[in-house]
Amino acid sequence: MLEKALTGSNKYWGWIAVLLAFMAAGALSYVQQYNYGLGMTGMSRDVSWGIYIAQFTFLVGVAASGVMVVLPYYLHNYKIFGKITILGEFLAVAAVSMCLLFIMADLGQPTRALNVLLHPTPGSILFWDMIVLNVYLFLNIFVGWVVLTAEKKEVAPPKWIKPFIYISIPWAVSIHTVTAFLYAGLPGRHFWLTAILAPRFLASAFAAGPALLILLCLIIKRVTKFDAGQEAIQKLVTIVTYAALINVFFILLEFFTSYYSNIPGHMHTLDYLFFGLHGHSQLVPWMRVSAIFGIVAIVMFLIPAARKREDTLAIACVLLFVSFWIDKGIGLVIGGFVPSPLEEITAYYPSFQEIMITLGIWATGFFILTVLFKIALSVKEEKMIS
Amino acid sequence: MDIKRRQFLKVAGLSTIAGLGAPAAFNLLLKGGPDTVSYASSGGEAEASHEAAPTGVRLGMVIDQRVFDANKGLAQKCTTACHTVHNVPNFGNKKDEIKWIFEVPFEKAFTGKSQYHKNKNLEDSSFLVLCNHCDNPPCVRACPTKATFKRKDGIVAMDYHRCIGCRFCMAACPYGMRSFNWRDPRPFIDQKTHNKEFPTRMRGVVEKCNFCVDRLARGQQPACVEACGNTGAMTFGDLNDSHSEIVKLLDNNFTIQRKPSLGTNPSVFYIV
Amino acid sequence: MYDGKYIIPGLIVFVALMTFPIWKNMGNAGIVPKPEKPVGVTKCVESAQYMRTSHMKLLDDWRDETLRDGDRTPVEVDGVKYEKSLMNGCLKCHTDKKKFCDECHVYASVKPYCWDCHYVPKETF
Repeated sequence: MLEKALTGSNKYWGWIAVLLAFMAAGALSYVQQYNYGLGMTGMSRDVSWGIYIAQFTFLVGVAASGVMVVLPYYLHNYKIFGKITILGEFLAVAAVSMCLLFIMADLGQPTRALNVLLHPTPGSILFWDMIVLNVYLFLNIFVGWVVLTAEKKEVAPPKWIKPFIYISIPWAVSIHTVTAFLYAGLPGRHFWLTAILAPRFLASAFAAGPALLILLCLIIKRVTKFDAGQEAIQKLVTIVTYAALINVFFILLEFFTSYYSNIPGHMHTLDYLFFGLHGHSQLVPWMRVSAIFGIVAIVMFLIPAARKREDTLAIACVLLFVSFWIDKGIGLVIGGFVPSPLEEITAYYPSFQEIMITLGIWATGFFILTVLFKIALSVKEEKMIS
Repeated sequence: MDIKRRQFLKVAGLSTIAGLGAPAAFNLLLKGGPDTVSYASSGGEAEASHEAAPTGVRLGMVIDQRVFDANKGLAQKCTTACHTVHNVPNFGNKKDEIKWIFEVPFEKAFTGKSQYHKNKNLEDSSFLVLCNHCDNPPCVRACPTKATFKRKDGIVAMDYHRCIGCRFCMAACPYGMRSFNWRDPRPFIDQKTHNKEFPTRMRGVVEKCNFCVDRLARGQQPACVEACGNTGAMTFGDLNDSHSEIVKLLDNNFTIQRKPSLGTNPSVFYIV
Repeated sequence: MYDGKYIIPGLIVFVALMTFPIWKNMGNAGIVPKPEKPVGVTKCVESAQYMRTSHMKLLDDWRDETLRDGDRTPVEVDGVKYEKSLMNGCLKCHTDKKKFCDECHVYASVKPYCWDCHYVPKETF
């Protein structure tokens, strides 16, 4: 079915060309970074993880969100999602691919990456993260491809694919739980040392991921003949709204615990992020924008007239996606490193190469997404014509 | 596709996977699991009230801050000695800096302690901080390749050959004692004073104090301890040896440790 | 063959290009590397034949024993003690990296990353 990605309109090829340009620019920057070292980024001894790991953390969430369409359809026979499960699965493939690329870009010695397999360390969460992410990638490629092939041949999917689909549902929850465990088990980082981190991750994932899926469906409706259907989209909106509300609730819970207990260690990072700490307020505008975008998006989702119209829905989805991207990426990952274990504050600014590599990897993810969606939608369009 | 060809491919695929997986599976079963490295003791022994009977050597250090307070330039000698002996580069900027042992004020070394109405001495005290070589090290738990591991003598060691530079250990360390080689360190090592019997590190790996394992193997004291001379500012020894000087110091003096409530059980003590 | 007049010459050109490395230097093994042994030292930890085939294995074993197992007891061969160390063992005698190590490594186009960290003690890096 790959040949379906090789034919397309001028707009399709134009989009591919744009993506390839960003990928090339990212690759060039990566070559520079590979030759110089990670010092080419803005990371430092105190803020030792930056936007690469931030993007990775956020995208694991987007990948996990595929379960939000798979679960209702396969476990609860919710037929409305039948048309878009493949889109959810392929979105997961693109997102996990981006995750793996971001990790590779962030490694100090990428040529030694296989050491994680050669010297398995079951006590390390990073080991399990590698396993769950790769298995999830395989599951989604496998399930997506088999189900799509069956759809192309106009037969029911083979029975043996069902166990893989059923496994992929708790597995989706597991990938984000394990990623949360990377942070939530570290004794020295009080901002992360909270049991609610994994639920927070999942809530934000189940809001941001389907929001992106809604956006993609709206775009697809304009550029192809495929229409996901008003009911499916509105049900996704419902899911996004509840997940977003829960995520905001969890964030407010964090505020309560920190500020009511008045324990400095717990308050310091929130101070730094939202109000500025000891004169350092570099991230404050970002976090406040994230808060405003999030609230506006949720309000728009709650107003029926706003969520039913495609243009306002699209705006709401974009606002939500950006809001949670800032909250999870920048707020959570960078915030966790400030103040340092020695109570010092070091500012973090991504460098030019770092941003180019990040854009390049996002472009790669969208490239994979475009190719896979093109294949899936070509299959569906052929069926519509015949 | 021919049914026979399909069957053939299925069988071929499965037997390849089995062929690749079987030796690995055998290896794991025969060797009894992944590398048998001494893992950090977790939970049990770290409980404050109950201490398991100590076995083997456990290396530790006592820093007598009173001596450092009385000799203001002494701490600098320790950091210089350490960084020279181990070819630690000096990048000249805070972003890339690598430091194995360094001085910080009291409120940064002991963040959990009260800073209210401190002892006047502490206000301009400068404490040497270094890797605590914890008995229950979070960095060793975090490392996905066992590039950082706990030796039987208690030292938390780094294997620079295996480190993939993921920096998870840096996130895990509650004391901020690990540094990363953000770039090639060699141009920033002073060629006039570097230690010709010790390698440098490459870019892309994490490094930290190693309690001078290479010097200990030659019967020498750690470089920082040696730089203190006879002042008694730093004492190094076996915490499990009840007759050692270090245990006597600990028995007779009130000492504090950094962030003890985290359960890491550090090996470095401070007499304040 | 359809379009045979393009395919056959095309195939010949392709095969010629792909096998270029083989026939370009046919019959010429290149300059045989001549690693220079250190002056005045006749014994080593292992025989030259063993070293030719397995010096990396020896170094890896030494590395794991020294660094990971903490076993730094010197290796004794014919009454001479050698530290289990590249810099403080091997390179104590083999003091000229360019004339010894690099000779074969360059010939075989091998770039061991050992030199990123280890260096000849007598030389600057």
